[in-house]
Amino acid sequence: MNSQNGDREAILGRVREALRVPAPLKHPAERSAGGEPTTAHFREWLPPVGPSLDEKFALFAKLSETLRSELIVCADLAQAAAEIASLSSAESWKTIALHRGGLLDKLAPLLPNNLAQLCVDGGYDKNALEACDAGITECELLVAQTGSVCVTSDNSGGRVLSVLPPHHIVIARQSQLVTDLTEAYESLAAKYRAHYPSMISFITGPSRTGDIERILVLGAHGPKRLTILLLP
Amino acid sequence: MSTLAEAPRDQFQTDANRTATDDVRRLAVRRALSNYQTARNRTGATFTDWKSARSAAATIKHEAVNHLDKYLEEFERKFTARGGKVFWASNSEQARNYILELAAARGVRSIVKSKAMTGEEIHLNPALLAAGYGVVESDLGEYIQQLKGEAPYHFVFPCMHLRRDEISDLFEKELGTAKTDNPEELTMIARRVLRRAYIDADMGISGGNFIVADTGMISITENEGNARLTVGIPKIHVALIGIEKVVPCLGDLALLLPMLATAGTGQHLTGYNSMYGGPRQPGETDGPEEFHVVLLDNHRTRLLADPEQRDALHCIRCGACLNVCPIFKNIGGHTYGTTYQGPIGSVITPHFRGLQDWKHLSGASSLCGACTETCPVGIDIHHHLLRNRRNAAQEKPAPGESLVWRMFAFLMRRPALYKFASRFAPLGSLLHPLIERTALDPVRAWTNTRDFPSAPLRSFRAQFKAHQAQKAAAISQNGGAK
Repeated sequence: MNSQNGDREAILGRVREALRVPAPLKHPAERSAGGEPTTAHFREWLPPVGPSLDEKFALFAKLSETLRSELIVCADLAQAAAEIASLSSAESWKTIALHRGGLLDKLAPLLPNNLAQLCVDGGYDKNALEACDAGITECELLVAQTGSVCVTSDNSGGRVLSVLPPHHIVIARQSQLVTDLTEAYESLAAKYRAHYPSMISFITGPSRTGDIERILVLGAHGPKRLTILLLP
Repeated sequence: MSTLAEAPRDQFQTDANRTATDDVRRLAVRRALSNYQTARNRTGATFTDWKSARSAAATIKHEAVNHLDKYLEEFERKFTARGGKVFWASNSEQARNYILELAAARGVRSIVKSKAMTGEEIHLNPALLAAGYGVVESDLGEYIQQLKGEAPYHFVFPCMHLRRDEISDLFEKELGTAKTDNPEELTMIARRVLRRAYIDADMGISGGNFIVADTGMISITENEGNARLTVGIPKIHVALIGIEKVVPCLGDLALLLPMLATAGTGQHLTGYNSMYGGPRQPGETDGPEEFHVVLLDNHRTRLLADPEQRDALHCIRCGACLNVCPIFKNIGGHTYGTTYQGPIGSVITPHFRGLQDWKHLSGASSLCGACTETCPVGIDIHHHLLRNRRNAAQEKPAPGESLVWRMFAFLMRRPALYKFASRFAPLGSLLHPLIERTALDPVRAWTNTRDFPSAPLRSFRAQFKAHQAQKAAAISQNGGAK
């Protein structure tokens, strides 16, 4: 390889030279004195959510429907396991993939006995994971404003589990529902400080494409179905 | 498309003449864009205050671009601390060579790519293929274009110009699949083929929508999940990103991601918005062992050095300006002959690839301003087209054209002379048909495709004067009564 980091000094030199003449700000927006953007304002401009849990839940449910995510409210883990069992028999699953976690450790023993389980923690065979009928993960957060599920490489079984199997099942608690992306980022910052997982992904509906005549098709490369099992 | 040897201007003119009358293609493009427009309007309307959101987005990008050195260094520091590697490439060749040498050093055989316009910009795929690597584009639209051997038609909707039956024929020819007119079945064919590509690849190459300085991450926006797989499964991840893509803070994405989605595809949020901070971290289940970010200048600093047009670097590549552009709708994406098509492409390409060679793009505009109006980061797109025209003329004056304008200005400032000269207009109209559409015709660029209006025998001023006199006479006849 040529030099360690390439043309670093030359590029930075050109950047500094170019920036000697300032450019006017054509669209002044409110910012705090430190030059940091006022993220608190984003909420006033983006689509409204509503402050109460009920309003957040209602919007999340509405967007899930539009996005063709399947949101199922479960009374407890036993019901969540029963929902998975019924999906499993409807789609004739043989193997599901999952990871270790607070909720999943309790859920896994409740799943049907005839359903083989592949646990991805500590490494897995990618061909075996690809052959799984569904992947079950926990998530960091649910975002009301956008109908998104936030997964990370830290708490959702790594990078691939939530996107390789054709059916992604998310198990979450209502307390994980946040208002918007701003709150999601704040919450992630509070949890991880400077040590973020190597991947943070906001999943908004099942995998989709409109590349052919702008007609919506689900399951382009990632999951064709996204089921969210919501526990109290 | 026309031959490579042709000058960009001639290629543009030839292709524009052909595509503007290609009704089949125009209909396909119009249908795709009308589906987009419906979704875009519906989602845009859910914003409480789009204009303020847009100002804030512009402010964030202004801060980042005007302190680019500071934020790039911050990104590098944070990203490197998490085990990532940053390579700075001044031009296409440096970027290509870095990736080629990396692939050779690691014994890579096959490569899977997610969508990266920077890859198109530096002609990465031909270089990788020539070096013997298998490269598969994994975005459905890009995959179709790769099979077709064509550049993307639109930098967000790569194959928007193709009808389903054309895609079906292409798959039949290249993959041996049965014909179908069902978009879902076509998508599933690509899904099956590409699944193997992710599993088998040793290297995944992506672009990036944002470089996040304060957390040392890159953010990738996509709908299909192909980028998630591209940077999740192979053991090496290379992200090729333009230096201008930086934003100061992770929290800025809370605004920019919904705006990118709304303007780009009419979604509240694109299917997958993923931030990657380094390779697989200790204790993580999977992810690449190595993560290289190639920061690409490739003349971006030339645009940066123009404070008047610097805001063109605020672009988040949503493609909205293409989707509303009457020129794009009529001539289509390939006619531009550029990696970045449409109004924003016409603004930036002359800076990236030479003003004189690409100035014609700035002329291909009705200056209606729809691009500026729709831009989610408030770039002054159509005025930049005017500035490109001005700069091109200043840099290389066209003596004939400037003489005509000077004569016109001279005439317009002298009413008596103008009046005198306008008497000869009807004579000109009488003689013009003798030379119309010949090499002698001074307005043949117009008359080649349109009729030239003939001058009336009496000028407007003469007609107006007569009209006023008539009115005054009528009033005095009526004795000033109403």
